[in-house]
Amino acid sequence: MNNPVALSTPEDGTVAASRRAAVLGIGARAALGVLLPLVLALGWEIAVGAGWASGRLLPPPSRIGAALWALAASGELWMHVEATLIRVGLGFAFGAGAGILAGALTATLPLLRWLVDPSLQALRAVPSLAWVPLFILWFGILETPKVALIAVGVFFPVYIGVAGAIASVDRKLVEVGRIFRLSKPALARRILLPAVLPATLTALRTGLGLGFLFVVAAELMGASEGLGYLLLDGQQFSKPDQILAAIISFAVVGKAADALLVALTAPLVRWQDTARETL
Amino acid sequence: MLTIQSLAKTYTDGTRALEGIDLAVQSAEIVALIGGSGCGKTTLLRLIAGLDRPSAGRISLDGEPITRPHPGVGLVFQEPRLLPWLDVADNVGFGIHNLPKSERAERVAHALERVGLAEHAHRWPRELSGGQQQRVSIARAFVANPRVLLLDEPFSALDAFTRKDLHRHLLALWEEVRPTVLIVTHDVAEAVALADRAIVMRPRPGRLDDTVALSMRRPRDPAAPASEAAARTVLAALDRSLRPHEPSRAPQLAGGSSF
Ligand SMILES: Nc1ncnc2c1ncn2[C@@H]1O[C@H](COP(=O)(O)OP(=O)(O)O)[C@@H](O)[C@H]1O
Ligand SMILES: [Mg+2]
Repeated sequence: MNNPVALSTPEDGTVAASRRAAVLGIGARAALGVLLPLVLALGWEIAVGAGWASGRLLPPPSRIGAALWALAASGELWMHVEATLIRVGLGFAFGAGAGILAGALTATLPLLRWLVDPSLQALRAVPSLAWVPLFILWFGILETPKVALIAVGVFFPVYIGVAGAIASVDRKLVEVGRIFRLSKPALARRILLPAVLPATLTALRTGLGLGFLFVVAAELMGASEGLGYLLLDGQQFSKPDQILAAIISFAVVGKAADALLVALTAPLVRWQDTARETL
Repeated sequence: MLTIQSLAKTYTDGTRALEGIDLAVQSAEIVALIGGSGCGKTTLLRLIAGLDRPSAGRISLDGEPITRPHPGVGLVFQEPRLLPWLDVADNVGFGIHNLPKSERAERVAHALERVGLAEHAHRWPRELSGGQQQRVSIARAFVANPRVLLLDEPFSALDAFTRKDLHRHLLALWEEVRPTVLIVTHDVAEAVALADRAIVMRPRPGRLDDTVALSMRRPRDPAAPASEAAARTVLAALDRSLRPHEPSRAPQLAGGSSF
């Protein structure tokens, strides 16, 4: 609020604020957001270039870029990205599917809830990585334990989110359905489903984020391809530029997957009164 | 005709919300139920709507008993209760989903026209004011052509000006379909403006008390002497209902009410 106009009167304030918002359009705001990392990267580049720092353990951006470029040009990067994406995709599909099913069933059938929910809550208290040794014993060291670990990681937030969303559906809206004598399936389709959709999508996003978290863990436990393998390989052969290239790839791929999920589901929740719209 | 015989409702926690309710409402009659909060007005409407089951007594519409939501009975809740994921037109058409699309669209457009919201058909509920939302919910009840329309303090959250406007819209819709209307209110002026009959309720347990006939011709002018006299009569009845009843009934009041 260093703008003197904004301090004078409330009306002037909002006018000034909206004008500032107009000037700082979406593009400008995004530019402001990348300013800090850009300056830091440039500073490090100069520092290493001038010989003030060796950059051996933290390579400058140019070396990381070169490593990324080399990986991409050789086609190796895409192979690793593909392997990671397939694991996350499978784990997410199984975990989210089971989470939605279990959440919907326990939220609607009290008997099942009393039977199953305490056990699931107890399992949830186990840090998911603790399953790794068991999964390796059960499923070997190939793809199955990795997908299973990711699925477990995705399952819990989705299960909790869906069950909570169904349990907190506004009874008042359900009564609107009852007044118009909707059948059980129609009530589920026309009132419950749309009412739980936003919270479900949030849970799916959380689940996807955890999917990426667990794919790293899964690939670190031994893999011959995948972005996590690049990390491990970089560590074993002292290639920090490759590690950072893999980290950047993880960030980009994770963000892209999240953006895709949001874009695919946005039309379903267009009606929602989100703060984002008014910001 | 809507008939209610020795209706009672005791909630599971022991609250005697209603007791000994007898009422017959002619078709196309408008009845105002008036009373302080906690005297069972909402409970009575929910029983008639079939949302809750009575503890005793029966309710019937043209001889047909009502035990669950009935196609001939519509309810407008105290809050608009619009579905936020449907636009205004889809909210209005929510209850007539079984009709062919063209007929549905026609009825919805007509009802929106009637409540003065035609140009808002494709907006989201959240983009409407409270009064506009309540008009949508009234339109939603009307498009289903109910024989009995129940309104639970539908205008209590609105300012006096908006309320008068909505009275006009409500009467216009009523003229067209001429349903039996039961409107709950705690506003004497509202009862006098709309109803053929005002019934005063008293609490603990909820019962029907005095009835005041309101036979002024419509449209009514709230400032006309007849309206003012009627308002005074209803107010006097309301005052009486707030005083304790004859001593012989006093022991009954001991029953635990959460009010
Ligand atoms: N679901 C319920 N469970 C228990 N008591 C209730 C319930 N709903 C209403 N009551 C009680 O019944 C009485 C009548 O309530 P209500 O019908 O809402 O009154 P009004 O609409 O006239 O204000 C009140 O004492 C209220 O506390
Ligand atoms: Mg009430």
